[in-house]
Amino acid sequence: MNTRNSVLASSVPSGGESIKVTIGQFSRRPEAGSLLGLIAVFVFFALVGGKVFLSPAGYASWLNVAAEIGIVALPVGLLMIAGDMDLSIGAVIPAASLTVAIISGHYGLPEIVGISAGLGIGLLVGFFNGYLVNRTGVPSLIVTIGSMFGVMGLTLGLTVLIAGSTGVSLVPGPTIKAILGDFVGGMFQVTIFWWLLFVAAFFQLLHVSPVGNWIFALGGDKVSARNAGIPTERLTVALYMLSGFCAAFVGVSQVLVYQSAQVLAGQSFIFNSIMCVVIGGVLLTGGAGSVVGIVLGTLTFAIVNQGIYFTGIDPNLGSVIIGALLLVAVMMNDKFRLMAMSYATKKKK
Amino acid sequence: MSDNTPILELKNVDKSFGPIDVLHDISLKVRAGEVLCLLGDNGAGKSTLIKTLAGVHKPTRGTILMDGEPVEFSGPRDAQEKGISTVHQFGGTFPLMSIGRSFFVGVEPTRGWGPFKVYDRKTANEIAVKAVQDFGITRIDDGDRLVGGLSGGERQSLAIARAVHFGARVLILDEPTAALGVKQAAHVLRIVNEAKRRGLAVIFITHQVMHAMAVGDHFAVLIRGAIAADFRRGEKTREEITDLMAGGETMADLEAQIETYMQSHEGQPPPPAQ
Ligand SMILES: Nc1ncnc2c1ncn2[C@@H]1O[C@H](COP(=O)(O)OP(=O)(O)O)[C@@H](O)[C@H]1O
Ligand SMILES: [Mg+2]
Repeated sequence: MNTRNSVLASSVPSGGESIKVTIGQFSRRPEAGSLLGLIAVFVFFALVGGKVFLSPAGYASWLNVAAEIGIVALPVGLLMIAGDMDLSIGAVIPAASLTVAIISGHYGLPEIVGISAGLGIGLLVGFFNGYLVNRTGVPSLIVTIGSMFGVMGLTLGLTVLIAGSTGVSLVPGPTIKAILGDFVGGMFQVTIFWWLLFVAAFFQLLHVSPVGNWIFALGGDKVSARNAGIPTERLTVALYMLSGFCAAFVGVSQVLVYQSAQVLAGQSFIFNSIMCVVIGGVLLTGGAGSVVGIVLGTLTFAIVNQGIYFTGIDPNLGSVIIGALLLVAVMMNDKFRLMAMSYATKKKK
Repeated sequence: MSDNTPILELKNVDKSFGPIDVLHDISLKVRAGEVLCLLGDNGAGKSTLIKTLAGVHKPTRGTILMDGEPVEFSGPRDAQEKGISTVHQFGGTFPLMSIGRSFFVGVEPTRGWGPFKVYDRKTANEIAVKAVQDFGITRIDDGDRLVGGLSGGERQSLAIARAVHFGARVLILDEPTAALGVKQAAHVLRIVNEAKRRGLAVIFITHQVMHAMAVGDHFAVLIRGAIAADFRRGEKTREEITDLMAGGETMADLEAQIETYMQSHEGQPPPPAQ
């Protein structure tokens, strides 16, 4: 929703009265629920998981997971705000990894060539998705399931054909490794810092630049958006290309971190990214959501996903917690939206 | 340009979607400071007609003239830039967006330059609120409020104020009063009159004869895609217009039919048409 900008953009509150107004405003924003969820989950695992969870290694374990999912969750969230889905990311991630591994590992060409080709594949699949969604009018869920299977099959087939197995390894040079595949302090993936960059860029795009308004309008009412003169088809293609690019980026950074690429490495990202986005308060039906929310949702997800290993609890229960969080989040999203709509602002004087 | 040249004129316009003919041989004129009421039953083709004027559809045959010159609209944006603003039926506002943002959808005010352009929320809110208040809707005073929290009449008023603000010379309103209560409809009618007073040409679509009579200078009745009647204020009574819309069958005839049915069916009204 758009009121969220008001807190970030409005001038610093001067008196107790305005602070109260600001808190009041915040409590009506969907991020309020996401933040509460994040705090609850963090406190829970800090208490149950104890010292190790709160050690640098503990932080690293869930931040590394958060960064990889987070980079994909951002464009998936934007697409959801715009009223669309992208499941093909699950195939683009390994497709990009293997492209890099085959070009630079198997054939030994310069890494820059492999990485460019990997990212290019993401852009290409994204373009294809956007084009099909516009042309066919088939729901994007179906279109991207189709392209996911298509890309998956091609990746598997070509990899076996070229490399003779479903996994290809790559030993990256020191410069590229330092930029994309290193561990800072021996445990924090550089991907975390890339994630921060992506977050800043997406924040700028959705909440600061005028294009953000087009994305909300597209998800709010596609026909009205087109009638208002927004280039809805180009915007849809651009969002899918962004999503393809981000997925490919994660694929590229994975192959540089783990030094090998596997055909089936991306599957878990499909549902996980959607869960991060929804837990972060993005409306499933489009038209509302925020980058801050998506980041909070991603952190919450990653903490549960990894925190469970610091406790004596059966790791399978982690899935139960995430499932419950998802349900609660969707219900809270609806509540917050109703509150925001029915709220008539008091005079601010 | 003489005062008498219509701002917008349709000459023998046809529109079909593949094999489906929706509009036949439509000729119409709209002048500045005049309200043209387009009347017609559901499915008559009213929305299709104005979508053709708004650049959403291209006419299959015939010409559109603006200020006497033939024009072709490449899309809704082109029509809008040429001064034709449309408030479409069932649309135009985004419930989950703020008043300021939804007012400026597609034409956001910005600060800064290039990739660092910043959506100017403050300016957007101020202009939006002022534009709506100038039309007498003083209850809207906070541009951050969500459109979904406004009443139906306020939303229509917001959409109309938006269209007028962006330099409309021709304002097209597709059934703006259809879903509104009496009081809210009166609100919208007052805004239509205000737009007319400001010298805009207004095309007002409705199937409620009362609303048309309240603001119209000029009336056209559309039946199954063709213009069945074209007349000026005062030339026809309310009953005559209603009969025209019903497709020639007079209301009195219909009432007589129902009366006969009820007499022969122990006072039961006839079942609704399927
Ligand atoms: N894009 C389209 N494709 C095919 N038929 C259409 C399309 N748009 C409208 N029609 C048909 O044109 C007729 C007139 O519709 P419309 O203009 O919406 O009527 P009104 O606004 O007067 O109720 C309807 O029968 C409708 O089914
Ligand atoms: Mg209609």
